[in-house]
Amino acid sequence: MAAPKFENPIVRWIDYRLPVFTFMHHEMHEYPTPKNLNYWWNFGSLAGFMLIVMILTGIMLAMHYTPHVDHAFDSVERIRRDVPFGWLIQFIHMNGASFFFILVYIHIFRGLYYGSYKSPREILWILGVVILLLMMATAFMGYVLPWGQMSFWGATVITNLFSAIPLVGEHIVSWLWGGFAVDNATLNRFYSLHYLLPFVIVGVVVLHVVALHTHGSNNPLGIELRGKQDSIPFHPYYTIKDMFGLGLFLTIFCLFVFFAPDYLGHPDNYVPANPLVTPPHIVPEWYFLPFFAILRAIPDKLLGVVAMFAAIAVLFILPWLDRSPVRSARFRPIYKQVFWLLVLDCLVLGYIGSQPAEGWYIHIGRLATIYYFAHFFVILPLLSVFERPRPLPLSIGEPVLGGGSSPPAGGGGAGAMERA
Amino acid sequence: MAATADGAGGDGVTRRDFLEYAAGGMGAVGAAAAGWALIDNMNPAADVLALSTTEVDLEAIEPGQSITVVWQKKPVFVRRRTEAEIRDAEDTPLDSLPDPMADTDRVQKAEWLILVGVCTHLGCIPLGQKDTDEKGEYGGWFCPCHGSHYDTSGRIRKGPAPENLPVPPYRFLDDTRILIG
Repeated sequence: MAAPKFENPIVRWIDYRLPVFTFMHHEMHEYPTPKNLNYWWNFGSLAGFMLIVMILTGIMLAMHYTPHVDHAFDSVERIRRDVPFGWLIQFIHMNGASFFFILVYIHIFRGLYYGSYKSPREILWILGVVILLLMMATAFMGYVLPWGQMSFWGATVITNLFSAIPLVGEHIVSWLWGGFAVDNATLNRFYSLHYLLPFVIVGVVVLHVVALHTHGSNNPLGIELRGKQDSIPFHPYYTIKDMFGLGLFLTIFCLFVFFAPDYLGHPDNYVPANPLVTPPHIVPEWYFLPFFAILRAIPDKLLGVVAMFAAIAVLFILPWLDRSPVRSARFRPIYKQVFWLLVLDCLVLGYIGSQPAEGWYIHIGRLATIYYFAHFFVILPLLSVFERPRPLPLSIGEPVLGGGSSPPAGGGGAGAMERA
Repeated sequence: MAATADGAGGDGVTRRDFLEYAAGGMGAVGAAAAGWALIDNMNPAADVLALSTTEVDLEAIEPGQSITVVWQKKPVFVRRRTEAEIRDAEDTPLDSLPDPMADTDRVQKAEWLILVGVCTHLGCIPLGQKDTDEKGEYGGWFCPCHGSHYDTSGRIRKGPAPENLPVPPYRFLDDTRILIG
């Protein structure tokens, strides 16, 4: 691709010495993007936007927050009541965590539905799972910082997961705590890491985007681009589509921030942490509930912890569990159904995770856990062999423009380009 | 083969190889030593370790009553057990326990049961210290987080917790005072 010509002489002067403008032109302007992306492809850029929002609001909050067991709770309350616009920034940050997870979970299910993890995008997918893990660690530590009852007991329960490790478990937990219980040392290190990890996420996101731009976006048909006529430049076509989606998203987000800021939270976290009283019903934030349900479904402590981590780790090897050469569920009649069963299963696990572990909830939780793993370890490998996919279209243009057996993809695609 | 300018011996190993391995090895040792400092830095600090003993006055505790004291930032349950509770604990057959341990090995004086009040599942504080608390199916403690039941010796009887409530190190200073830690 030829280097773009810049009008502005200063831009030209800089670009000749440091080609940032050429780079931005290649990757954000002319970057060829499949012309058939639907709105499910908005969620990656939305998640990127949310990451920036979280970092900005987080930096502002850090200017007022005090990471000490005696002052943390009060300093958060002061941010909300006394600091100018502190209430707004704190509510954006608090609800932003929830919405960041909503966006990323939809983004992940998009990838599952359209087979975006398949060759040659395995590393792109794996980097995404790494981002998810980093997000979980960051969100968990962030939730500890206000030092309410749920902060304290959430931290206690989650760090105690590591005590399940044979022999060295107790030492690891006391090392994580920096003491014999969750205390000031724990709060300080969580604050330090909560500030650090988002920047690590930024780094992995850069790698994620580099991997994405190497082979380009997958698309709803899951087929390769046949030529220039199958793609359109990223700008202005997808920048404007992303902006429209961002507008819709921010509308919903602001409804929560301004009208129901505590809807997704837990009232017990407005009680200052008390190391001697456990709240009767401890639940994690909603975005951890499915994993919490898997943890509790297994009666053995160590195996429960292993299963919980395995529920995420299985995503790392997903590209090798699903061997079907067809990417998009549109052409996989059975996979399309089990995909929605998996969505339903995750919702059931989330509901079970929010309920006390007793009676029927235990049995449903166990069945849902078994199904979750069966989806990845049994159903997907079997489908790879036994499912008969529907015929794939010859090109991205074909399903829209028709053309049957004689492929007019070239001409039709060029026509689409002219109209665009 | 004659020695080369590099000082190669008969087996083809040169003096340069030795220097590379030695330098690389020393570098690895140095990096590991620095890494150890960074990792050990997160362990409990001296002032945290210093808060290691707690003295408890038992005089005001009536039979059947429990108090909670803090030792190393953790709650410690001190229960003055009734005759019936002691009998329950002693008569339980060991083969019915997930983590078998005789009651006599868990107390110094049968009347006084001293336990670290942290559920061995995931670290919640079990209920059972107050009269109004639910004490679980075995009359000891009940952890509300994930439903573990402990008996009147603090032993796990039912639920996900893998082990009995631990007995902290303690000794009787005299008849009415103990030192935990």
